[in-house]
Amino acid sequence: MSPQPPANERRSAAAVDAQYEAEAAEAHGDVTVDELDLAAELAGAGGTASEDVAEYALRLGDDALILSQRLGWWISRAPELEEDMALGNIALDLLGHARSLLHYAGTASGRSEDDLAYWRDEPEFRCAWLFQQPNGDFAHTIARGVIASAYMQELYTALSTSTDATLAAIAAKAVKEVAYHRDHAVQWTLRLAGGTEESRARMLVALTDTWPYTDELFRDDALTERLAGVVPAPSSLRPAFDEVLGAVLAEAEIAEADFTNRKIGQSSGGGRHGNHSTHLGPLLAEMQVLARRHPGATW
Amino acid sequence: MTLTHGSSATSAPATGADEAELQARFDALIEADQRIEPRDWMPDAYRKTLIRQISQHAHSEIIGMQPEGNWISRAPSLKRKAILMAKVQDEAGHGLYLYSAAQTLGISRDEMTEQLIESRARYSSIFNYPTPTWADMGAIGWLVDGAAICNQVPLCRASYGPYGRAMVRICKEESFHQRQGFEILLELSQGTPEQHRMAQEAVDRWYWPSLMMFGPPDDESPNSAQSMAWKIKRFSNDELRQRFVGMLVPQAEVLGLTLPDPNLRWNEDAEQWDMSEIDWTEFHEVLAGRGPANAQRIQHRRDAHEQGAWVREAAAAYAEKQAARDRAAA
Repeated sequence: MSPQPPANERRSAAAVDAQYEAEAAEAHGDVTVDELDLAAELAGAGGTASEDVAEYALRLGDDALILSQRLGWWISRAPELEEDMALGNIALDLLGHARSLLHYAGTASGRSEDDLAYWRDEPEFRCAWLFQQPNGDFAHTIARGVIASAYMQELYTALSTSTDATLAAIAAKAVKEVAYHRDHAVQWTLRLAGGTEESRARMLVALTDTWPYTDELFRDDALTERLAGVVPAPSSLRPAFDEVLGAVLAEAEIAEADFTNRKIGQSSGGGRHGNHSTHLGPLLAEMQVLARRHPGATW
Repeated sequence: MTLTHGSSATSAPATGADEAELQARFDALIEADQRIEPRDWMPDAYRKTLIRQISQHAHSEIIGMQPEGNWISRAPSLKRKAILMAKVQDEAGHGLYLYSAAQTLGISRDEMTEQLIESRARYSSIFNYPTPTWADMGAIGWLVDGAAICNQVPLCRASYGPYGRAMVRICKEESFHQRQGFEILLELSQGTPEQHRMAQEAVDRWYWPSLMMFGPPDDESPNSAQSMAWKIKRFSNDELRQRFVGMLVPQAEVLGLTLPDPNLRWNEDAEQWDMSEIDWTEFHEVLAGRGPANAQRIQHRRDAHEQGAWVREAAAAYAEKQAARDRAAA
């Protein structure tokens, strides 16, 4: 082995780097006052929602927003740097979905995404209880994540063929990202269940604590019945969800009896109608505090 | 002739004559502005200096996630929340590139993490200041990231290849961070009187600490000369500080905010910025670990590391079981 490449193979650092430095300097340049296109592209922007569709979009938007708010906490606190990035990515994707959905919901009443996120009170939120659950330990975050993402995957897949063009566009974008979220949660479910004795025990506790919030996601009600043909009936998503979760749990060698044997049953979960778990209030207080301190201000 | 691999942190098992020849080759590469790569021979002191500098830089990125992470949950609009989340996540990414660059010099990420949480390693003191208001998100972007860019753009040409290349990627993202900080401040400055005041107070808080990021004046900077000779460092502390202030002055005018130094003005004769004396006593206090948030920053990192131990153990155990299963199946 030659201790160093011949001179003609070793690109001159000065030449290569003068170019890099020029690029970096150019990218940096002088800060100017131009309007920066920092906003995420809002999927499907343009349509106006009917009252029922707006109410439906609010449910989905709030689910995504509240879960994003929860996951954002992990950034700088995750078990390893790669997870700071992964959980941050998932939170960011969900925030993007929330913005598109809330923007669309707001078109029915002339409100912006921020009006809806920051200026509604707890009873006006429409998120299911699953998304409000605290992060707990990493296993609880993963248990919540695997249920949430498996549900969203089926939901957005079905919704991407909706007759409502805006919902279809939002869902088509979201489903690709949610597939990654599900993969992340499934991989961690398998690792924790099949890792150490401690991690398996924690995973089972987390599933036991979180599973009761599954049922609420798949309940039909008057709104979804009125929207039949436009949005999938929540109950219609359940078989595919059960199949996916069943396969994951089988691979993790977890029997349903391992985490449903506490006879907790299902939570009553009235999130779709504004009846929330005790966890939502403090979350909203923190999220809204600064915006509400400055009514009418822009940021 | 044997070649020392970068994965070994010790010097080559070379005889005196070999060593002199290797040193001569190294010196020639530096002299010719060529890059040193991980598998090249390098003097121990060069390796140690780089490990110290790159790991400190990586730690700064990781600790630097905290002051801004503090506002993710309370960001005042969803757009700002998304930008801030992406920014803090970029910092985790920068930490990862830099830890990887340091690993090419023969130190493991675990060792560097231990050094950080046991307070044996330094990181940029700027992150030991608290972020009491939303406007601090703007001031950090504009001033702290701005100062970091002035320091870091020349590092894209650092003589050690993996470091220089990591810095190219980092600088591109940092310039975006600075712009978003500027934009936050502009929006606040042009907003309500209360928002304007918030912006000015944040600039007052961060201006001097950001000037201190360039390090002590040139005549009191003991390590600089060797780093410049090795072409790790390319401009002196004072040169970079001057360049930074020159960049800030017109931008502050656009912002409608005041830089908190009544003596700041362009000196035609000396062709440089005159400014008030920097109060280094504060810098030395923070450096000595007595800054407002030193203990909290390290505790936060240590908690995350310790509370995540069972997760990392689970991942390792699972990977091992999978590997054993694959071997059995093969």
